[in-house]
Amino acid sequence: MIERRPVANAFGHLMLVAMIIIVAFPIYLAVVAASHTIQDVSQTPMPLLPGAELLTNTARALFDGPQLVGVSGATPAIVLMMNSLIMAIAIAVGKIIISLLSAFAIVYFRFPLKNFFFWMIFITLMLPVEVRIIPTYKIVADLGLLDTYTGLVLPLIASATATFLFRQFFMTVPDELVEAARIDGAGPMRFFWDILVPLTRTSIAAMFVIQFIYGWNQYLWPLLIASDYKYQTIVLAIGRLIRAPDAFYEWPVIMGMAVLALLPPVLVVVLMQRWFVKGLVETEK
Amino acid sequence: MEKRVVFQNRYLPYLLIAPQIAITIVFFFWPASQAVVQSVLREDAFGTRSYFVGMENFLALFEDEYYLNSFKITALFSTLVTTIGLSLSLLLAVTADRLVRGTTAYKTLLIWPYAVAPAVAGALWGFVFLPGPGIFAWLLLQAGVDWNFHLNGNQAMFVVVVAATWKQISYNFLFFLAGLQSIPKSLIEAAAIDGAGPIRRFWSVVFPLLSPTLFFLVVVNVVYAFFETFGVIHSLTRGGPAKSTEILVYKVWYDGFEAQDLGGSAAQSVILMAIVIGLTVIQFRYIERKVHY
Amino acid sequence: MAKVTLKSVKKNYGPVKAIHGVDMEIADGEFIVIVGPSGCGKSTLLRMIAGLEAITEGEIVIGDRVVNDIEPADRDIAMVFQNYALYPHMSVHQNMSYGLRIRGMDKANIEKRVQRAAEILQLQPYLQRKPRELSGGQRQRVAMGRAIVREPSVFLFDEPLSNLDAKLRVQMRLEIKRLHQQLGVTSIYVTHDQVEAMTLADRLVVMNQGRADQIGSPFDVYGNPATTYVGGFIGSPAMNFLSCRVETGTGGPKAVLADGTALMLPAEWTPPAGNYTIGIRPETMRIARPGETAQLHLNVDVAEELGADTLLHGKLGDEDLVARVPSHAGYHDHSRPGLMIDIARAHLFDPESGLRIAL
Repeated sequence: MIERRPVANAFGHLMLVAMIIIVAFPIYLAVVAASHTIQDVSQTPMPLLPGAELLTNTARALFDGPQLVGVSGATPAIVLMMNSLIMAIAIAVGKIIISLLSAFAIVYFRFPLKNFFFWMIFITLMLPVEVRIIPTYKIVADLGLLDTYTGLVLPLIASATATFLFRQFFMTVPDELVEAARIDGAGPMRFFWDILVPLTRTSIAAMFVIQFIYGWNQYLWPLLIASDYKYQTIVLAIGRLIRAPDAFYEWPVIMGMAVLALLPPVLVVVLMQRWFVKGLVETEK
Repeated sequence: MEKRVVFQNRYLPYLLIAPQIAITIVFFFWPASQAVVQSVLREDAFGTRSYFVGMENFLALFEDEYYLNSFKITALFSTLVTTIGLSLSLLLAVTADRLVRGTTAYKTLLIWPYAVAPAVAGALWGFVFLPGPGIFAWLLLQAGVDWNFHLNGNQAMFVVVVAATWKQISYNFLFFLAGLQSIPKSLIEAAAIDGAGPIRRFWSVVFPLLSPTLFFLVVVNVVYAFFETFGVIHSLTRGGPAKSTEILVYKVWYDGFEAQDLGGSAAQSVILMAIVIGLTVIQFRYIERKVHY
Repeated sequence: MAKVTLKSVKKNYGPVKAIHGVDMEIADGEFIVIVGPSGCGKSTLLRMIAGLEAITEGEIVIGDRVVNDIEPADRDIAMVFQNYALYPHMSVHQNMSYGLRIRGMDKANIEKRVQRAAEILQLQPYLQRKPRELSGGQRQRVAMGRAIVREPSVFLFDEPLSNLDAKLRVQMRLEIKRLHQQLGVTSIYVTHDQVEAMTLADRLVVMNQGRADQIGSPFDVYGNPATTYVGGFIGSPAMNFLSCRVETGTGGPKAVLADGTALMLPAEWTPPAGNYTIGIRPETMRIARPGETAQLHLNVDVAEELGADTLLHGKLGDEDLVARVPSHAGYHDHSRPGLMIDIARAHLFDPESGLRIAL
């Protein structure tokens, strides 16, 4: 910057570091809680430094689940995480596929009702699941999709955001590439798979990160659809366990589960940061 | 915008767009229209027949003191989440942008709360503030505060605001930082040559150029606070104590599922839809105007 | 290889007429350059031959087939695009072989063709690279390689050199010329650069607002422009156009310019008396030798030194005139040299239609 101000700079660094610590603090505390026995955690206040039981508690969370009276049946975190993973990947992949296809149709073809369809997709932006809870639940119930993966995934894979992002990207692909492909003898689907999709890799990666997180973090929808514990996701389980009347008997295991619940999406964001930031800022343009 | 070059095919485009449109119709338009239909119906005591009641469900809502209360709570909650979240992250972004070194590292260390589910954010903060093991709860008790957010409505509001804001800070930070980094350095240098100090420069040059980002983030944060914080509320307070944190989205779910009041819940859905549509229209109006500059 | 015939080809975009009816016969193995400023319809015409634009009216024949309704891929043509249009995610080899793979050609054959094209274009070291790892000139060669491997009967070039810097452009121009001599494939080349047009073409097509003003050899088009438009477009600096009145009388026909200067016309010219535009190329004028009576005097505003030549820019009355004279003539700004005109190389044009008057 313009002024050289060592004091101001030092203060800036200090403030950011402090903020990072504050932001990380609740997660640190969850890890600490997960590393102690229940006796240690029950002290007031609980210890501030990690204990030695992290592996034991995590293993219990993963393979047994917390033993609570108020919650029927302990579901091991590994089952819950698998459900979350299936849901997150199916939603991300599903959204990407149907959005790529519809963006391709919208950009590369002229056909009657095109604008009508475009607006239909656009309007879904204004209808988040939260505002149409009961009727959507009823439809899924009528279709017999309660307590199924299909019911968890299918209603969430329409995506205006992804369609717009891909549309925006397709508009920047030079027309000459289509012409070259036509002269080379490629039909529309050949062009789509051989040329357009490979060119869209970066946007696809960005969309995958964003939609994976969206899918993993779903709460209200599984709360409605997955009454059977076999189909519950880990995020949903955390929300239920934390308010269970006798949760305090199992704090270390529950906190271990909370950490397990946030680890996969956080890892995805940190590892794919470059695509994620680009995708996030671009979708909202 | 149209491509100059397009493919010719009569059926293919419909086939390509069909999956998206089918899902949109079945899971978006049909339920939304059902919500509208149900909002003017009421079921009889046995739930076997429903009859038309006109605006009665809506009128009942606006006479329902809990519903009006829920409106106030939502307004308070979203105002707090938006203002606190935006001020904090703007401060952080401006600080990080000023520093020559470490911006990328700070970005990495600040973006990950974005990936944490609202319900998990609620669980984490609930634990920190939990009377008993919770560190902050203990600190507050030591400071003489009679702390128990499961019993005190104001304290419950405080905790849900902290959890909801915490989760949103990284998103705001990323956008503010991107906005700041897109401001040409030459403009700021020009202002410096004109003799403006750092604070003056911020308010007279940086802030006006950042206002589109700010506006966009205000809308996004309001939408977030209105609709996406269900998990925070559900995991932390279940809308309590005594409905003191019952935001509108939570009430729609509660009335529909726990209380089985379909007509009332549908009417609430319709009002929420109107709110989202309003927010979206405002946002696009603004973006359009921005484009015309 | 094939000849290409255009029969009153027209193109409308809704009510807007882009091509007004072009007739053309291109012989087998001929190198045709379509030249004109942007918006004259030259690219549209090329894209119609390629099959990328529909033909509103008329017929295009490649070889013996009317191709109006045939897909670009089946017209037996290959095209080189202005911005190369290479597939960015494919290697040079994949770029060149993509069309052949789509056609289901066997691997050995593809390999043979790609290697041959790479050899001709000296691309062997780059076959595994991606387009972004190549220089502009190399990308241009890959684009040509993609056309060559197809072994088409017609090459189409759409301003292929306009994205290159000046030096590279000259070099690639020569390569294209050599390539054509080597392969002998019928080529249709679109450009707005008249130097490219003149140097490459067997025959030139000068396009003007959707019409072909003139089709002919570079020499013919330069020496005998069919219209004032062609005369003004081909040649740099452009042909001078001065309004004049032709008087026939004793002593032969003469052209009286706006400032009163009278130029004697060749005796064999027999235009009826009246108003004309006379076109004079800058290099057909010279400085009057000592003792000669100058045909006209030019008030020089600016003398542009080009090294070998000097361009004298001046006014005759209120009309601009440029003369190209040898550099050592020693004229400079604000001088007033006397000039001689090689009048036999001048042309008379109809001032209304711009058409050259046959003399």
